[in-house]
Amino acid sequence: MAEPRYNPWLHRFAILTALATLALLGVGGLVTSHGVGMAVPDWPNTYGYNMFLFPPSKWVGGIFYEHTHRLVASGVGLLTTILAGWLWFTESRRWLRWLGVIAFFGVVLQGVLGGLRVVLFKDQIGIFHAALAQLFFALICALSLFTSRWWLGLARSSPTQRAAQDAPERVGAESGAPLRPLFLATTILIFLQLLLGATMRHQHAGLAIPDFPLAYGKVWPATDTVAVAAYNAQRLELTTANPITALQIGLQMFHRLMALGILICAAALAWRAKQSDSERATDEWSTNGVHANSAQPLRRLAFLWLGLILVQAGLGAWTIWSQKAADVATAHVLVGALSLVTGVLGCLICFRRPAGNASASVASTAQVARHPARLAAIVNL
Amino acid sequence: MKLNQTLALVAGFTVALQVATAGNITGKVTLKGTPPAEKEITGITDAACSAGHTTPMKTRFFVVGAGGELADTVVMLKGISGKSTGAAAPAVLVDQKGCEYVPYVGAAQTGQKILVKNSDQTMHNVHPSPANAAGGNKEENKAQFAGAADLTFTFPAAENFLKFKCDVHPWMFSYITVVDHPYFAVTGKDGAFTIKDVPAGKYKIVALHRKAAPAGVEQDVEVTADGAKTDFTLEVK
Repeated sequence: MAEPRYNPWLHRFAILTALATLALLGVGGLVTSHGVGMAVPDWPNTYGYNMFLFPPSKWVGGIFYEHTHRLVASGVGLLTTILAGWLWFTESRRWLRWLGVIAFFGVVLQGVLGGLRVVLFKDQIGIFHAALAQLFFALICALSLFTSRWWLGLARSSPTQRAAQDAPERVGAESGAPLRPLFLATTILIFLQLLLGATMRHQHAGLAIPDFPLAYGKVWPATDTVAVAAYNAQRLELTTANPITALQIGLQMFHRLMALGILICAAALAWRAKQSDSERATDEWSTNGVHANSAQPLRRLAFLWLGLILVQAGLGAWTIWSQKAADVATAHVLVGALSLVTGVLGCLICFRRPAGNASASVASTAQVARHPARLAAIVNL
Repeated sequence: MKLNQTLALVAGFTVALQVATAGNITGKVTLKGTPPAEKEITGITDAACSAGHTTPMKTRFFVVGAGGELADTVVMLKGISGKSTGAAAPAVLVDQKGCEYVPYVGAAQTGQKILVKNSDQTMHNVHPSPANAAGGNKEENKAQFAGAADLTFTFPAAENFLKFKCDVHPWMFSYITVVDHPYFAVTGKDGAFTIKDVPAGKYKIVALHRKAAPAGVEQDVEVTADGAKTDFTLEVK
C-alpha cells in the first residue's frame, strides 16, 4: 500500500464541508427553535415547485427557515458527495476511503429522514434526524482531521521514531493514555445529552421548566397531576402549544444533572491533562520532538473543551432565561455540536497515539525491524 | 307505499314529540382567579400579517371579561355517543385573518365539514394534528396560497381541542373540539352559552377550557321542556 500523502486541497475541502455542515446544523436549529419544521408541507418539492426553483418572494415566515434548511442540506449533500469521491479515487488509506463512502450514505440517509419526517408526521424521525446530524458532523470533522498534515505527521512519526529511539517503558508517559477514559466518558455523556436535548426539542412543548437554577421555585419540582395542571395553566407558549407532562419535566431535570456531570468530567480532564503535561515537562526525555508534536495539543484541546462546555452551560441557562429565544436556543444547539466534535477529535487523537505506543511497548526495535509489514500497517493507519 | 307513508308519519311524529319535549341549556362560564398576562407575539416577519391589526397581536389563552366572563370554553353534554348529525349539518367555518385563526376555539361534530378559509394576502399551511389517531382522526398538512379555495377537513372521532396550526406563522393556532353529538356550544366574550334542542332528561354537562379546565369541570343538569340553566365557575391557580 502506498504511503499516504498530504493533499492540502483535499484537507481544505473537508474543512469546507465541515463548516457547511455546521451551518446546516445552525439552520436546522433555527427551524426547530422557531417551531416551523412543517412550514413546507411537501417533499422533495416545495409548495409544488421544484425545490431549487421555489420563488424567493414566497419564502415568507417559517418557510424561509425550512426552505433554507433544505437548500443548505442539498449543498452539504453535494459537498459530501464530492469529498467521498475525492477520497475514493485519491486516498491510499482504504479505511479512509470507506469512511468517505459512509459519509456519503450518511448524508443521503439524513436527507431522506428529513423528508420522511415532513411527509409521515413523525416526531420520532425528527429525533433520529437530529442525532444523526450530530454524528454526521463528527464524521466530517474526523475526515478533516485524518486528511490533515498534522495527523499524517503523527502517524508517520509515532511507531518508527519510538521503536527506533525510545525506551519502551518511557513511551506510555508521553502518550494520551491517561486521558483516554475521561475523553471517552465525557464524549459519550455529551452525545447522550444531545439525544436528550433532541428528544425535548422534538416534543414541541417548549420549556418544560421556565426557571433556572431552581425549577418551579424548588430544587426539585413537584410532578404530580395537580402540579402539572397548574404549570400548564400558567405557561403561555407562543409557538409550542403542546402541554407539558411530568415526563418532560423529568427529562429537563435529567438534562440539567447531565450537564453538571459533563462539566465535572471536563474539568477533571483539564486538570488531568495539565498534570500529565507537568509530569512530562520535568522529564528530560520530554524534549523529544515527538512529544512536542502531540502532548500539548491534547492539553490545549482539553482546556478548549472545558471552555466550550462552560459556554454551553451558560447558553443552556440563557435559553431558559430568554424563554427559549430562537437565536439563543440555536446557539445552544451549535455549541453542543462543537462540544461533541471536540470530544470525538480528542478521543481520536488520544486513542490514536497510544495505539502506536502500545505497538512500540510490546515490540522492541529489533522486533519491529523483523516485521516490516506490520510496521507499514501501523504507519498507514 | 302505504307502509312507507305510515313509517314517515311515525318518524315525523317522533321528531315532533322530541322537539316538543326538548329544551335549551343556557348558562354562563366565569373565571375565578387572576390569569397570567397575555404575551405579545414577536418575530412577525411577514408584512401581510399586520393587515387589520391596529394593536400588537397577543396570545389568546384567557379571553376574560370585566366580570370574569370566560370566552372560548367548550360546554357539552357528556356520556352521549353515536348521535352525530355532522354529515348533514352545515360546515363549520374557520378563517385565517391577519395571521390569526378565527375562531381560536371552536367545535364541530364528527363527520361535519370544517372549512378553512384564507382571507390573508399571504400563504398559510393548514396543519391539523389530532391526538386521537386511533379513532381515525388523521394528521394532515395542506398548503393554502392567498386567494386559494377553502380547504375541507372532517374527523370521524371525538377529540377535545384538536389543534390546527400554521407552521408558516407558528403562533397561529385554532382548537376545534370534535363531538359525536350535536349538544355543545362555545362561550363568547360574555361567557354565555346555549345548547339547543336537548331532549328532556338528566345529563352530565362538562365545561372545557384549554388552560383553566383542560380535563373539564362536570355538573349535573336536568332538562325539561322549559330548558335548563347551569353556570360554571372555572378556576386558575
